Amino acid sequence: MSPDAAIPLQAFLSVAALLFCTGVWGLINSRNAVRVLMSIELMLNGVNINLMAFSSYLDGQLIRGQVFTIFVITVAAAEAAVGLAILLSLYRNRETVDMERFNLLRW
Amino acid sequence: MTLASSTQQVCFLVLAAVVVGGSLGVVLLPNIVYSAFLLGGVFLGVAGLYLLLNASFVAAAQVLVYVGAVNVLILFAIMLVNKREAMAEIPGLALRRLLSGLVCGGLFALLLRVAFTTRWALPGPLPVGEEATIRIGEHLFSDYLLPFELASVLLLMAMIGAIVLARRDVFSSDVITGEPADQGLIEKSRTPLLLEKPAPTPSLQETAP
Repeated sequence: MSPDAAIPLQAFLSVAALLFCTGVWGLINSRNAVRVLMSIELMLNGVNINLMAFSSYLDGQLIRGQVFTIFVITVAAAEAAVGLAILLSLYRNRETVDMERFNLLRW
Repeated sequence: MTLASSTQQVCFLVLAAVVVGGSLGVVLLPNIVYSAFLLGGVFLGVAGLYLLLNASFVAAAQVLVYVGAVNVLILFAIMLVNKREAMAEIPGLALRRLLSGLVCGGLFALLLRVAFTTRWALPGPLPVGEEATIRIGEHLFSDYLLPFELASVLLLMAMIGAIVLARRDVFSSDVITGEPADQGLIEKSRTPLLLEKPAPTPSLQETAP
């Protein structure tokens, strides 16, 4: 960004923080297992916005934040694939997607 | 990309509204199909934010991977597990939502405070702008080469793992002990997921241990 940036860095950070907190709330409160996975994607996107904003505002020459974002996207794709496969397998065994009934490991 | 600063601000406000409203919809809407489509909207809005930051390559990767792959995968999963079930009421659910909302609000306030009170080293070095794609390529094939190769191995592992987890083979006998498998499992593997299942026959119930 040029020194007199049109959008302050804090604006990006605020959007990212709101996205992350929404994701955390959804992760805690969702009953549907698919929605839990969607909340995780929201959180990852909030983190990515942070990385991109810092990379553009504070590290403009060696944009290392953008490389990190690409790795995060890769890991998120792998996580989504494995997570949904686990969900499918769980649904086949328990015949529900209700998180409250996946309590086999509760102490 | 050079836009007038007022245009940038308007674009940022619209994209931020799309992202924030969409994420609230993803979490709060009762119908999960609407949530999945709104999630696609959120991903597109985030890609727009990346474009505002002059990162066209990452924006393209975001659209391809998130909207094209992850969102479609989630929609397929919803289609495969879409059983309308009345979830049992839980006592104290409203209290739990309120408490977790307070915790998340506190986290948000903390993050905002950090963002607004820290003295960032602004203005930083001059951004590379349109050359970002070239820089990313140089990074990926010099100092980030090992993570790049590890990412390919990770994707291969995730692909094989997803196939192993999601396939529906049921062996007729236990692989380790050689005992005949549960007949109910074999029957279940032959029944397509999306069909309405008939009531279990009494004979099956009796033979099951």
